[in-house]
Amino acid sequence: MTASTDLTCKQLVELVTDYLEEKLPTAERERFEDHLAACDDCSVYVEQIQQTIRMTGAVTEESLSPEARDTLLRAFDDWNAGARSG
Amino acid sequence: MGQPLPNVAMSAPGGERVAFRAVEGEQQETAEAFFATPDDVRLLEALRRDDKEAFATLVDRHASAMLRVASTYVRSRAVAEEVVQDTWIAVLRGLTRFEGRASLKTWIFRILTNTAKTRAEREGRTVPFADVTLGPEDELSVSPERFLGGRSDRAGWWAAPLQRWPDDKPAEQLFARETRERISRAIEALPSVQRIVITLRDIEGWSAEEVCSALELSDGNQRLLLHRARSRVRHSLERYLEGSEELT
Repeated sequence: MTASTDLTCKQLVELVTDYLEEKLPTAERERFEDHLAACDDCSVYVEQIQQTIRMTGAVTEESLSPEARDTLLRAFDDWNAGARSG
Repeated sequence: MGQPLPNVAMSAPGGERVAFRAVEGEQQETAEAFFATPDDVRLLEALRRDDKEAFATLVDRHASAMLRVASTYVRSRAVAEEVVQDTWIAVLRGLTRFEGRASLKTWIFRILTNTAKTRAEREGRTVPFADVTLGPEDELSVSPERFLGGRSDRAGWWAAPLQRWPDDKPAEQLFARETRERISRAIEALPSVQRIVITLRDIEGWSAEEVCSALELSDGNQRLLLHRARSRVRHSLERYLEGSEELT
């Protein structure tokens, strides 16, 4: 494969988030896509970033301990009682 | 008593603008724009009707993101839980003052970060957003040795081919658990501001606008922090998935 685009791989990896967030100006987006079309490795790189995002999205959600949750719900009752009396 | 409550005008996530009804006993709203979402308005009305279910829904909906954000400020999980509790107390106390000029979520997270900051300062910890530390300007997404140097027309191109990773689609649940743990550890190792941004964007699924509003970041800084965080997590996954590092 020849270096047929004016954007290097090293430059492209710095633009990936701007590209995925659709924040690249049109001309830059075209340079980015021209490079991707010519470079398998950068296509793999962008796919890896997208996989990273998807896999990060699969990280388990946190939840409050039942004790903390109960305390809060009791606080809500107190708050209401206070609001009614005040 | 609590923190000064944030009171800022901004566009709500989703961009919907809904006039928010004045609270009993408060002066009538002015002609300013209001940014509470329709869902916010429904929830707020329910809270003011003593609807405990609505409160429980709200607590559960935001628990994960609140705990993660609080955890980046304070030392332990137990203290993070206390920060979340204190935040909700401040939210309830401030409810009658909530003017709907930010989304309810933004408002809650502003109170959370203020509460967490106060707590972190008391613990003698460095506060992540004391000044927006973006890190070194020249932080690179990929180590420079991975690219060809010199003056050839291949300079700046990959020095060695990149490996494709295994499919991460839901069917591949087997590898998912260890990988998730690997990702969690990579995120924990990030500088705190990067950690908060990638957590809210990629774990909790917030929009860029929501993160900017809640953390008072510019759009450009939010994206830069996200970029650095994702690049580092990708690097960590690469080492793990391509076996150049033993899982400890």
